[in-house]
Amino acid sequence: MVAIQILEQVVNGLLAGAYYLLIALGLSLIFSLGGLVNLAHGAFYALGAYFAVKLADHIGYAGAFIASPVAVALIGLVIERYLFRRFYREDPALGLLLTFGLAMVAEQALRWIFGAAPIPFSIPPALTGQLLVGDFIYSRYRLAMLVVAVIAVGGLWYLLRRTPFGRVVRAGVQNPDMVAALGISLAPYMASVVGLAVGLAALAGVLMAAITGVHPAMGADILTASFVVVVIGGLGSFWGVVLAALIVGVVRGLTVYFFPPAAEASMYLLMVLVLLFRPRGLFGERIQRFE
Amino acid sequence: MNRSLVSRRRRRVLQGAGAATALGALGFPAIVRSQADAIRFGHLTPRTGFLGPLGEYAVMGVTLAVEEINAAGGIMGRKIELIAEDSVNPQTASTKAERLIERDKVAAIIGEISSASGLAIAQVAQRNRIIFFNTGCNSDELRGKACNRFMFHTEAANTMYVYAAGTAHLRDGMVKGKKWYSLTADYAFGHDLLKAAKRFMLANGAEFVGDDLVPTDAADFSAYLLKIRNAKPDVVVSNLAGAQITNFMKQYVEYGLPYPVAGFAFDTAVAWGAGKANLIGIWPLVWSHQVKTPSAQKFVDAFTKKYGKPPDNQAWGDYLSTKHLAQAMAEIKSTDSAKVAEHLEKGAKFDVLKTREGYYRNWDHQLMQEMYTIRFLPAAEIKNQWDIFTTSPPVPAANQSLEVIAPTREDNNCTMPA
Repeated sequence: MVAIQILEQVVNGLLAGAYYLLIALGLSLIFSLGGLVNLAHGAFYALGAYFAVKLADHIGYAGAFIASPVAVALIGLVIERYLFRRFYREDPALGLLLTFGLAMVAEQALRWIFGAAPIPFSIPPALTGQLLVGDFIYSRYRLAMLVVAVIAVGGLWYLLRRTPFGRVVRAGVQNPDMVAALGISLAPYMASVVGLAVGLAALAGVLMAAITGVHPAMGADILTASFVVVVIGGLGSFWGVVLAALIVGVVRGLTVYFFPPAAEASMYLLMVLVLLFRPRGLFGERIQRFE
Repeated sequence: MNRSLVSRRRRRVLQGAGAATALGALGFPAIVRSQADAIRFGHLTPRTGFLGPLGEYAVMGVTLAVEEINAAGGIMGRKIELIAEDSVNPQTASTKAERLIERDKVAAIIGEISSASGLAIAQVAQRNRIIFFNTGCNSDELRGKACNRFMFHTEAANTMYVYAAGTAHLRDGMVKGKKWYSLTADYAFGHDLLKAAKRFMLANGAEFVGDDLVPTDAADFSAYLLKIRNAKPDVVVSNLAGAQITNFMKQYVEYGLPYPVAGFAFDTAVAWGAGKANLIGIWPLVWSHQVKTPSAQKFVDAFTKKYGKPPDNQAWGDYLSTKHLAQAMAEIKSTDSAKVAEHLEKGAKFDVLKTREGYYRNWDHQLMQEMYTIRFLPAAEIKNQWDIFTTSPPVPAANQSLEVIAPTREDNNCTMPA
């Protein structure tokens, strides 16, 4: 009986890990290519949630599901063009300051416009209900979330591994100067990567809006966990981040089962352990310019 | 060329900033002099983080009260000047309370929601002998072990919430011989509430089958919900706080668990933010906008006119405390904290926007007042986004003393340090 309950938590943890994944992958991409630690990533997640709630009133849930990430990605492109771009080659501390400031401005702007109180939003009626598999219970909505996350992650993997676009991006991660010497300008690639990463964060925001409170600080809450996932997974490694997200989900679920007060702290302990034995993270690659 | 231009411009910016600072320093005493006549109230409450949604209502409440008092001529002809800040966490709350008292010379501090930060402010206020009105911290401990001469509680204590909700649960047959599973906010408030809830349960024959502490930043409750489902309780009890309640409610409905939900602490703002498809259960409340007394409706009307939405229970707490403080100062014709405390301890009566008048009990400074429970309406019966629940008649009943719901000396003794 206990074994089944533990197994149930493990499976649920694997599902839960997918929530961090959409955000963590974007963070990892922006850092690997631009060397920018994007502390404003959580703000784009919150923005995605707010846009979804407001757009759903006019164009329905399905419309908002598409429109919100696209709108946020466009905002991301503008911010990349006028702010991020100036900081790729600067001292990383400056980029940290910029994105930290941006995150605060975004959170306070949301508070100004929509108020600090959470705004109501629910699961669309078509996706409510549960699925019983033997003794296990799954929320239909979370299964749908999982499908969306798998498609998004799969699509990203295909883009990075199987297309000319992805080849330039990967080369840019390893050796931007060589890419430049070959006559390829990384600027448009960087802009696309930021747009993509920010859009994924917004997509996560849209998905979570139905099951958690939509409030201005929601981005700050999830950002730290996503950073932990990136650090555990290792920089520059796609599958490292995927694996780390799943492990963090499982560890958190098991901690809730055995010792709930430590549920949120468990991932930090895990990070410390991983870094002790693998300072570059689980699958971290050796990237010359970050050493 | 270009480079030197930039640096010159940058230098000019620096000089400008320097000049502005100098001007500011010169101008500052003038501002202070012009308002020397005003009485300053300091307001501290969390405006960010998981209690931020409630803090926003608190600020709206205190702002409205100060406006109304000033419009009516102030206190003894002197206007109130409000200095309101985000208390953030216990460390920051303590520093800011210190600064409000020493630099801004406030006559009193009002506010707070987090019981941990409330304790920090209370210690600073006590040391400086300045009145602190607690408008949102529920912990019994603040009225008991941590009580002091200068702290008064407009917010109800955990025991009062438990009694109000517990009475409804007893009536519905959800206590005696029933198995309870509780989720509790993992900080000072939650631990204290759990203690009060356990005392009530043991006295009334319920049994605990599970009891999980939940970190305040938890967003995903699925792992907890699976545990609850496996424990098969008769009742699920929420001792959660702030944004936790929104997350819990949404996900409890998402997983469709069949067990009735009972809560021992609640705030209207988090229910309004959950969405009408996500609300179930019976919850206690210190006040709601549905209380139909004339003064309550006057407050609801003024608040709605100013902010475009009705007040929640937190707005009530900060509005009421400010009014009580101003009334007490006007009655004794003094802003001296020691004299205000003495006046309140003598049992001065106050309108609390409910059926009966209230008073601050002399031995623990808790405002004696009625409580309510709310029950959520089925989605089909909801007419607007605010009236998503119905409010019960006041607890205790009209023929009972207000003290029956409050903590007793035996359970929560307070010995005021001199």
